[in-house]
Amino acid sequence: MQPTDIRQPDYFHKVVDCQWACPAHTPVPEYIRLIAAQRYADAYMINWKSNVFPGILGRTCDRPCEPACRRGRVEDEPVAICRLKRVAADNKGEVAHMMPPKAVKKNGKRVACIGAGPASLTVARDLLPLGYEVHIYDGEAKGGGMIRTQIPRFRLPESVIDEEVNYILAYEPVTHFGKRVDSLKAVLAEGYDAIFVGTGAPRGRDLDLPGQKEAGANVHIGIDWLSSVSFEHVDKIGKRVIVLGGGNTAMDCCRTSRRLGGEDVKVVVRSGFDEMKASPWEKEDAQHEGIPILNFLNPKEFTHKNGKLTGVLFTKMGWVEKDGKRKLEPTGEPDVHLECDDVLMAVGQENSFPWIERDIGMEFNKWNMPVVDEATFQSSIPNVFFGGDSAFGPKNIIWAVAHGHDAAVSIDLFLTGQDVKQRPPPGVSMMSTKMGIHEWSYDNDVSLDLRYKVPMVENEVALRNVKVEVEKGFDPLLGYKEAQRCLNCDVQTVFAGPICIECDACVDICPMDCITFTENGEETELRERLNAPALNLTQDIYVGDGLKTGRIMAKDEDVCLHCGLCAERCPTGAWDMQQFYLEMTHAGCGGNPPQRTRAPKPVAAE
Amino acid sequence: MTYIAKPSLHHPSLERNSVGFTRRDYEGRISTLCAGCGHDSISASIIQACFEIDLEPHRLAKFSGIGCSSKTPDYFVGPAHGFNAVHGRMPSVLTGANIAAKDLIYLGVSGDGDSASIGLGQFCHAVRRGVNMTYICENNGVYGLTKGQFSATSDKGSKAKKGAENKDSAIDLVMLALQLGATYVGRSFSGDKHQLVPLIKGALSHKGTSFIDVISPCVAFNNHVGSTKSFDYVREHNEAVNRMDVITPRAPITADYKAGELKEVVQHDGSILRLRKLEDDYDATDRNAALGYLARKASEGEIVTGLLYVDPDASDLHDGLNTVSCQLNKLTDQELIPSLSALEKINDSLR
Ligand SMILES: Cc1cc2nc3c(=O)[nH]c(=O)nc-3n(C[C@H](O)[C@H](O)[C@H](O)COP(=O)(O)OP(=O)(O)OC[C@H]3O[C@@H](n4cnc5c(N)ncnc54)[C@H](O)[C@@H]3O)c2cc1C
Ligand SMILES: Cc1ncc(C[n+]2csc(CCOP(=O)(O)OP(=O)(O)O)c2C)c(N)n1
Ligand code: SF4
Ligand code: SF4
Ligand code: SF4
Ligand SMILES: [Mg+2]
Repeated sequence: MQPTDIRQPDYFHKVVDCQWACPAHTPVPEYIRLIAAQRYADAYMINWKSNVFPGILGRTCDRPCEPACRRGRVEDEPVAICRLKRVAADNKGEVAHMMPPKAVKKNGKRVACIGAGPASLTVARDLLPLGYEVHIYDGEAKGGGMIRTQIPRFRLPESVIDEEVNYILAYEPVTHFGKRVDSLKAVLAEGYDAIFVGTGAPRGRDLDLPGQKEAGANVHIGIDWLSSVSFEHVDKIGKRVIVLGGGNTAMDCCRTSRRLGGEDVKVVVRSGFDEMKASPWEKEDAQHEGIPILNFLNPKEFTHKNGKLTGVLFTKMGWVEKDGKRKLEPTGEPDVHLECDDVLMAVGQENSFPWIERDIGMEFNKWNMPVVDEATFQSSIPNVFFGGDSAFGPKNIIWAVAHGHDAAVSIDLFLTGQDVKQRPPPGVSMMSTKMGIHEWSYDNDVSLDLRYKVPMVENEVALRNVKVEVEKGFDPLLGYKEAQRCLNCDVQTVFAGPICIECDACVDICPMDCITFTENGEETELRERLNAPALNLTQDIYVGDGLKTGRIMAKDEDVCLHCGLCAERCPTGAWDMQQFYLEMTHAGCGGNPPQRTRAPKPVAAE
Repeated sequence: MTYIAKPSLHHPSLERNSVGFTRRDYEGRISTLCAGCGHDSISASIIQACFEIDLEPHRLAKFSGIGCSSKTPDYFVGPAHGFNAVHGRMPSVLTGANIAAKDLIYLGVSGDGDSASIGLGQFCHAVRRGVNMTYICENNGVYGLTKGQFSATSDKGSKAKKGAENKDSAIDLVMLALQLGATYVGRSFSGDKHQLVPLIKGALSHKGTSFIDVISPCVAFNNHVGSTKSFDYVREHNEAVNRMDVITPRAPITADYKAGELKEVVQHDGSILRLRKLEDDYDATDRNAALGYLARKASEGEIVTGLLYVDPDASDLHDGLNTVSCQLNKLTDQELIPSLSALEKINDSLR
């Protein structure tokens, strides 16, 4: 193998599994350490800079970081990264003064954001401090998009949404709320320098089954029903409710039903339990609230009597092997009838752009979606950009934020006459954490605690009111303990071959058998003859050369605890524990990566 | 040394041996030696060897004297029995324990100062008696613990850290052990676990006195240019006469070698030492030839390593003393105190 080029930002970035997996590349371990140090405001600001909505995301994020977290590979469960974010948000105190100042001078450029969901709000936040005049349009009366209209209040109190949306409104964009845009042509005609479309994926899929017309009064589209609940147009539902669908929307529908008078609420899914789209924790929370999940039932017909819904008829499904592929097919068993008073259909969401004229030169693909560049978010009309659910279909908040950052970078490049394809590199720094012979500026003693559970409000109280937030969040002590579970994956093991004397001290001490000194070889073969086989191919082998014996140092990054013991046992300092800090470059840096914004840590003099 | 304990978390593929332990279960407390000390690598090799021969930790008895090397039994096989004797007196304490409880596996760990200076007499007598033990000398050529004075194994002409030259002749413990009748003798290097681990495995399964001299650089006081016990010097002058695999009685035997390439030595407990020759004219079962070869190579400045001598049919101290088969400490009053009639018989014979 070639020696590893650790100057490539991606190399160590990949080692920080959580940050790499986060669409917005939030510097997770840094904020977790700040939480442990009770520096909640600083922890919040690291998040705010990267992901714009820490309080919201700390309660609702899809958390792609957690399945990626290294801790989940060395013991049972990952660090509760998401809920730690909430600890920062809950305890931060005043932070407005830490945010970038309002632009003192406008730059004369006008940008329109259509939709006020997380994608648009991110674009606005990134561009406003740079002096852009940003106009935000939304059909609703308040900003927040689906965060406000869809996510039920028992998961996300409205006060949290208000607070974090207001941080952006404080930069004084021109808001056109309560105003649906029904023509892109008209917006283009207003002469904006750039337009960002962040209108989401607003249409809930309909099943259109027999009996739906007759029983229609009690058959609802999930996302429409949820927004009616959010706006308090709806405050009750029948006693017996069937929710169709296995995604997160279905979970929100069933749990909301339990709070609006539903006593016998069931989720019915076409596939098996494991194939359901909902996150494991959402399924768990639903079951905890006494909601059974019935699998392998495909809805066939709504039954009704005297124009009133009586139930749903289902075909029984099962997996069959066909040409080596697994397929869901009817089993041929008799149909199943389940009685109910109301049905909520949560079987998917779609984009819909009836308001974009097809004669304005915008290219659409075969699925009738606008053609959007995956890196620049530019459409075929050069000054029109897309992001969030409207760009590539429904995803989640953190992806909407990541898109927003990228689109803002593009808009800024575009309006300053630069090439939108030249993406600015991230800002990267490396700093030794060595403070003494065996003292580091991070806590290298690995906690053996198992993942802490977030305390919850008891069902009797939680199910009585849709506005009672069901999770209480970690208190500072639990937050500290959970934070200590983080392995500090950003504190990198950096190896200097020429000063290594090959004494094996690091090999002997390493609890995870990460390090091997051996003859070089081809990667697949090398991976198998390391001290512990390196079978996780998604994780790199760090190869160091320059050794006197001509061998190489090969370190499997996979399950390294970042405990620093290798560096503590190294007699020559060939190993050092260096903090790698990577920050994404947002709009306005003109190709100059950001400087470290966090407080520098003291480093011992050499 | 480090402040934090080694976390108990381990690699997901960590295996268990046939007695149910992982290699990590054979660890001890965290080492307090200098970072990079060769002795720590020897501890790691002992851990690996005990794991591989499926040793139940409570069957091991560890003994040592005084020195950095003698501190190491605290850093491996935590649950084993242990005794830390005074300087140079480890062999007699071990001998006493072995007399009383011969069924344990005896491991003595010592340093070149502990064995070749203050404890030289003790070393010699334990070897010539054939105590059933594995004796490992962690040889760094200095008194590490007392800050780097030359020890008796330091080569003539070797330089101290500040430049002083050693004027005295070196004692070669391997030669001594061979002359005194040790029945399993090896030399190795702390930086070569592929060689050291099988040597320790073979020694632990050997019946009789096993002696292994392990060159183990002292990074604090004897790892500079001019020293003959530094990592660089040993790597440059290391001449292995053979490579060995140890096949424990429990492991299935797989033969994948050409005839004549390998020599197999079956030990008393059924373990097989499979020796692959690196040096054509070296015969590890010929004591006198070994002595000659070692003397010749020593004069050329080479460090001969590998399994240097083995007598698989050796006897031990208990055979010589003709002790009863039962462990002495398990004998009860009934066996130890003669009956009245037996006493009368004795008295009668004296009348
Ligand atoms: C029930 C449900 C629960 C969810 N739960 C989570 C969760 O827990 N975590 C998570 O990460 N994600 C969740 N999501 C997904 C998440 O809400 C979206 O992915 C995210 O809000 C998308 O952001 P966006 O900015 O692209 O658009 P949206 O948030 O959809 O915002 C689009 C905005 O544009 C406005 N708009 C649309 N068309 C027009 C127009 N023509 N003129 C003016 N305004 C217009 C809409 O009114 C809306 O306010 C959930 C989704 C649903 C349906
Ligand atoms: C009776 C007695 N004499 C002297 C000492 C001082 N002393 C402690 S360790 C040591 C030498 C140890 O050398 P070695 O056995 O080579 O161990 P190393 O530290 O090199 O591993 C000496 C002389 C002592 N502890 N006890
Ligand atoms: S242990 Fe910490 S730094 Fe490592 S992946 Fe998990 S949260 Fe991130
Ligand atoms: S930091 Fe070093 S000693 Fe600790 S697990 Fe990683 S490689 Fe091993
Ligand atoms: S002084 Fe030498 S022998 Fe003792 S611990 Fe330090 S390096 Fe090892
Ligand atoms: Mg010594």
